[in-house]
Amino acid sequence: MEHTVTTLPAARQPGCPFDPPAELIEVRRRSPISRYLFPDGHEGWLVTGYDLVRAILADSRFSSRKELMRHHPTIDYGDIEVPPAPPGEFLLMDEPQHSRYRKPLVGRFTVRRMRQLTERIEQVTAEHLDAMEKAGPPADLVTAFAKPIPAVIICELLGVPYEDRGRFQQQIDMFLGGEASDEELIAAYTATQEYLAELVAAKRANPTDDILSELTGGDLTDEELKGMALILLSAGFDTTANMIGLGAFALLRHPDQLAALRAEPALADGAVEELLRYLSVAKTFMRTALEDVELGGHTIKAGSTVLMSLNTANRDPERFPDPHRLDIRRQDGGHLAFSHGIHQCLGQQLARVELRVALPALFGRFPTLRLAVPAEEVALRPESADIHGVKSLPVTWDV
Amino acid sequence: MRVTADAERCIGSGMCVLTAGEVFDQSEDDGTVIVLRPEPPEHSRDAVRRAAGNCPAAAITLSP
Repeated sequence: MEHTVTTLPAARQPGCPFDPPAELIEVRRRSPISRYLFPDGHEGWLVTGYDLVRAILADSRFSSRKELMRHHPTIDYGDIEVPPAPPGEFLLMDEPQHSRYRKPLVGRFTVRRMRQLTERIEQVTAEHLDAMEKAGPPADLVTAFAKPIPAVIICELLGVPYEDRGRFQQQIDMFLGGEASDEELIAAYTATQEYLAELVAAKRANPTDDILSELTGGDLTDEELKGMALILLSAGFDTTANMIGLGAFALLRHPDQLAALRAEPALADGAVEELLRYLSVAKTFMRTALEDVELGGHTIKAGSTVLMSLNTANRDPERFPDPHRLDIRRQDGGHLAFSHGIHQCLGQQLARVELRVALPALFGRFPTLRLAVPAEEVALRPESADIHGVKSLPVTWDV
Repeated sequence: MRVTADAERCIGSGMCVLTAGEVFDQSEDDGTVIVLRPEPPEHSRDAVRRAAGNCPAAAITLSP
């Protein structure tokens, strides 16, 4: 019996900022795959179970091409033409285009290279903790700590000048915060394109020791480099920042887990993996079937849009026992927080090192760190944001 | 157990290095998989199985 979902459950339960919307969990409990009636009338699919989400993400019969994503999950745009992804924006491409852009980057984001950054990340983290300590409590952990650390690091990797960071951060917040108007989005897009054009031209003229400069030595055009830089900067600015902010919030709300992490620093790697699973800040991914595909007892017709809920997949009890419990000793592995298949996060090893350094350092520096407002008053990003997170996290500590 | 890996399929996620660093490495040039120990020692085989299972590109093959 097929179940049709007509509204994408969006509201998180009050007091449960870390859990997927209860109705979405209920959709998965009923079936790992449901029909989904998009607001524009398209009859697509909503996939919420771990095995099926993972299978689709690894299956090249499901396309990531932007021009095929014509059905918005929550807004009726009517019958619209969507242009293909701009050159270089490889997240929204299939092979072989995708590889043209991803391949030259992979060698720069290996486990070894990212671990070599540990010392630098520790240094940047310490500087921000020093500044928090000097200014004294209270502080907004998002602006004082969660946002700047990954931003400094991705800018250094790409060779974005320090003084340009503020300008870019503002645009990224606009794109990804989920609250900007269409006019604001267009203005942010234009400003970003102008900025990236300047940046690429500067790297071509005066190559420095960074990824972007190195890429100018290949056969990539300026337009392609702009697209790649946009992907790397927005991913680098926003995703880990939200994981640090929401991760700190989650640990503060699970004092037993925080105490365990403090008592046993060796648990840090496992704690990072568990926070990635538990929080799944990249919530929803889309694909389009390129041909008819049999899946979970259903036929996904060619042209159907498939919405995948990564946060319910990462809370699937068939894959993760007691899935709604944050347990930093969990050994299950295999979470989908970085997606799966050829598009799995390029920067995942960087994110791991950043989280591995930043969170323990924060709780190490401020042993009495706590929320400065009741937990219910912590402002979350709206569900329309691509990446889940806290807008701000007021914290305080004893001095 | 014998391990082979297809560097053409590999997308350089580093999951195998993270899971079984004794057996897998990534090329300094292009980040793709290198099998350090095609016949992994007994104590690393569970990790190797997990690495193969978690590979996002299904680039790792295990044979008896």
